[in-house]
Amino acid sequence: MATLVQAVRMALHYGEEHLGVTDIFGEDVGPPLGGVFTATQGLRTAWNTPLDERGIVGMAMGIAYAGGKPVAEIQFCDYGFNTIDLLKVAGNQRWAGAGNFAMPIVLMTPSGSGIRGSLYHSHSFESWAARLAGWKIVMPSTPLDAYGLMLSAIEDPNPVMVLLPKALLRVRGDKLIPGEPEDEQTLKEMIDAPVGDRTHWKPRWPKLEPYFIPLGVASLVREGQNATVVSYGRTLPLCVQAADQLTEEFGYTFDVLDLRSIFPYDWKAISRSILKTGRILIINEDTEVTNFGEHLLRRVIDHHFYDLLVRPRALMGKHNPGIGLNQEYERNTVPQLPHIKQAMREIAEEEA
Amino acid sequence: MPSDRNPGHALLADAQIRSGKESLPADLCLRIHRLMVRSRAMEERMIKMSKSGEGYFWIGGPGEEAFNTCLGLQVKKGEGPAYDYLHFHYRNSAAMIAMGMPMIEGIRQMAMTVTDTHSLGRNFAGHYAKKEWNVVPVTSVIEVQYVMAPGTAHVQKRYGGDGITIVCGGDAGTAEGDFASCLIWSSRPGHELPVLIVIENNRWGISTPAESVHAEKHIIDRGKAFGIEGEVVDGNDPIASWHAIRRAMEYCRTKRRPFMLEAMVSRLYGHSSSSGALRVKDEPCCIELFEKKLLGEGVIDQETIDQIHEQARAEADEALEQAMNEPRPTAADVYRYTYAPSRVDAVYPDDYTGLPEA
Repeated sequence: MATLVQAVRMALHYGEEHLGVTDIFGEDVGPPLGGVFTATQGLRTAWNTPLDERGIVGMAMGIAYAGGKPVAEIQFCDYGFNTIDLLKVAGNQRWAGAGNFAMPIVLMTPSGSGIRGSLYHSHSFESWAARLAGWKIVMPSTPLDAYGLMLSAIEDPNPVMVLLPKALLRVRGDKLIPGEPEDEQTLKEMIDAPVGDRTHWKPRWPKLEPYFIPLGVASLVREGQNATVVSYGRTLPLCVQAADQLTEEFGYTFDVLDLRSIFPYDWKAISRSILKTGRILIINEDTEVTNFGEHLLRRVIDHHFYDLLVRPRALMGKHNPGIGLNQEYERNTVPQLPHIKQAMREIAEEEA
Repeated sequence: MPSDRNPGHALLADAQIRSGKESLPADLCLRIHRLMVRSRAMEERMIKMSKSGEGYFWIGGPGEEAFNTCLGLQVKKGEGPAYDYLHFHYRNSAAMIAMGMPMIEGIRQMAMTVTDTHSLGRNFAGHYAKKEWNVVPVTSVIEVQYVMAPGTAHVQKRYGGDGITIVCGGDAGTAEGDFASCLIWSSRPGHELPVLIVIENNRWGISTPAESVHAEKHIIDRGKAFGIEGEVVDGNDPIASWHAIRRAMEYCRTKRRPFMLEAMVSRLYGHSSSSGALRVKDEPCCIELFEKKLLGEGVIDQETIDQIHEQARAEADEALEQAMNEPRPTAADVYRYTYAPSRVDAVYPDDYTGLPEA
């Protein structure tokens, strides 16, 4: 099975060959490195930029104005904060310009903790991103979803940000990407650049098939009765793991929704699940003040206050200036499996 | 439409108007003059709108008509990478008028009508967006255009042809990091881009004199470190401006490399309506200077000049009257044009419609 980062690479290749992608660029995105996480190895249109995130976003916007289809990478979302006003402008161009110009850009960036990245390689971005009106924001948690969401991000004629959970980039899924060879060693030999000299290396791409995951559609990863758990990115597989353990240990079952699209989010799926369980827990690792999960809580209260059996809640990252390198800091700053399991057990057990 | 020709001077086609060692045919000068006057009339009409309540905030470029008119007339106008891309700032109205924009389009934006094709009554005056002329949306953020410009030029260089990207800003905005980004991205070795970087230097940043915050003698000097050639021109002189723009465009079109053009211009009504938009008397007016020259050369008389001004004011008044009778945006227009239609969006297939619903 492909890793998430291999899935991204294959999606970008499909985008170059079939969806009109003209430029894939960013710091160290082109040869020889092909991205610090290898997401862009061997891609035909990949090129290296100056170390200038504002320049990268502006380049993407300019290419889009002139009819190209760019995929730009910000190496770590932690380095995208200096682009916030450009991202705001990218999101408003069609609206501000009375529909004169669309802004079909894809911006991908690794987000979140889990790679012992300390202060400047552990940040989450979705709460900032969700405030950028005019954008669409997705965050896959499996390789197949990464492939399908990336293809949709490319296909969509609006600015789409693809947040890639850093902690899951090397994780393998349990479903093949359409066209992917079954043997992962074969895939590796075909599309992973060799360590060392790559001067004469060329990838051998599998014959990939289109697979579009519609934006705004969540995935119901576990189905249950005791509570609804909404998550995405790094914390999603932890929620699944916790749900399985709590089923085995106590017989509690959960609806675990992988949101996949942060915006637009699948309110239908959330709403339907709340009406079934009467309990909702939202889990992510972004900092807890003005967190995207808080927006969802507001909507839960507005629409489902009288449908709830217990108070709705959210488990989020601490409102802390950063994540410290010593793992004691990280473990106690962003939700880990024990925290998630405890919060899920509490909401399932609380008396109505 | 009023004629650009002065009927009293039948032999104008052969006459040349000189400025230093350069000259332009008299009929072109008269055409430039009329466009300058029309642009000024539109700006002055909009300033009055800001005071009368027919509009709110005004910002623009009176005092820059000479340079901007010559810029607009020489743009390779059209849609797509074969033509010039224009990353304007909010002081380029005269370039738009010179390109053929009817005054009513500028007035509609100031009047915030829903018929405003540039922004649907959403943006400040002078914030144009016109796809069929490659005029990308103007923002009030006076740096972002500098990082977008290399993007359109990147596509143009790949496309071939002689289309170039023109990016304009004031002198104060060049202190922003995006200006430096533009120099770097336009001059990457082996990937030089056809970007004409225009600085309309009025020596002011709202209330801050340039010499109090900038040590460099000329802004174009900053291009030297990147091998970017440049020129400083008297932006109050249309003849000098015409030729400087012609040379700069020719350089970018043929060499497919960046060029910097710094035009020294006047600011005749202050920064914006926020500072009163009052006529300043201590800066030269390009229209008055040009009229003096044209009168001195005998290619126009004062009566004709007065008529041209009167016609321009009447055109602006008519545009205002029409705009004020046109429909305004309604609550139903708030979300319009947020998203382009998408076949892969389950929530917003056509456009934004408010928060996702169940």
